[in-house]
Amino acid sequence: MVVRRLFRDSAHLVRPALVLVACMALFLVVRSAIIPKAFGQYGHYRPGALDLVRQHPIAFAGQDTCVMCHDDQATVRAAGKHAHVACEACHGPLAQHADDPAAHVPKLPDVADLCRRCHEKDAAKPRNFPQVATAEHSSGMACNTCHQPHNPHL
Amino acid sequence: MDISRRDIFTVGGKLLILASVGATLKQITGAEPPSDAYRLADHWWGMIIDIDKCIGCGNCVRACSKENNVPEGFFRTWVERYQIEDQIKEVKQPRVESPNGAIDGFPPLAPIDGKSFYVPKLCNHCADSPCVQVCPVGATFVSPDGVVLVDQTYCLGCRYCVQACPYGCRYLHPETQTVDKCTLCYHRITKGLTTACCENCPTGARLLVDFKNPKDPVHEILRTNKVQVLKPYMATGAKVYYENLDGAVR
Repeated sequence: MVVRRLFRDSAHLVRPALVLVACMALFLVVRSAIIPKAFGQYGHYRPGALDLVRQHPIAFAGQDTCVMCHDDQATVRAAGKHAHVACEACHGPLAQHADDPAAHVPKLPDVADLCRRCHEKDAAKPRNFPQVATAEHSSGMACNTCHQPHNPHL
Repeated sequence: MDISRRDIFTVGGKLLILASVGATLKQITGAEPPSDAYRLADHWWGMIIDIDKCIGCGNCVRACSKENNVPEGFFRTWVERYQIEDQIKEVKQPRVESPNGAIDGFPPLAPIDGKSFYVPKLCNHCADSPCVQVCPVGATFVSPDGVVLVDQTYCLGCRYCVQACPYGCRYLHPETQTVDKCTLCYHRITKGLTTACCENCPTGARLLVDFKNPKDPVHEILRTNKVQVLKPYMATGAKVYYENLDGAVR
């Protein structure tokens, strides 16, 4: 028979073929053991990485959270030019305060440094943005002597 | 025992059918339901930055640093100040500075003979990102909602992606020795918050946008404003759009 003669002529190839098959099987077993199950679900990466990144803790609670309790300050601010400046832009990250207000009491920001960051006169700033040369403008007085930070208009 | 060609084809055919049925069943039953309300397929994140609103206060840099525990001396976002002098007499290179990434803002600038402005920069979250293409181990990728992220458990720290990024947005974290970058505050935007930099921008120069949300203001802004991305000739599919961007910005 043709098949039998073919087999007899190529008998010396059987053992290397078995070794090859064994190696391929070993490769497949190891591969399936070390590659995470869901790898490639969305692309050439581990989808679990998305959850890993999402687990990072939040530091800035966000505008809406602040206003839930501090609606009085929010009302004052809404009437002035700082209406669209978020609370934490000046007061710093306060997610911990939002979680437990008693345990994390925020400090008041340092007005001398704070106002200048935005309002110091600078040629690179947009022309319509209110700027002052603080040294000439207030002669060393703190900004909040005259301006109320939540609604700075005099 | 004789094996005929007919036998091979019958057995082979049956095996093929069995295998395909098995694969189909796995396809149908294998997909797990999402764990919460956030659906990856419903979002395609990006950002719009209006140069004419940026005052160079550095609030975004400080906020990013605090939100993401960015190591000192490294930046996921930073602000540059461009000074372009009048070029009538001679052609000059623009002067670009970013002292310590502008984490403490900028020293005041006296008026110059020309124009000057601030440019906030961050990862452009490219749709066809060069950094993703060069990663040899699948550690960096574009997520289904359009954010370029790094799998910290897979990254080898080979720095191919640091070199590939045309915008210089990646760095090697000095402690973990893996590559770190802007995540577009993925832990915030997937929970309904905006990014730390957008939250803390006092003038609204930065705006997080979702291109897949038909009610997002991005569609109106792109329709009615002159916008540009950085290095458009690199064809990276950058999703951080700039309004009022000067041609000198690289």
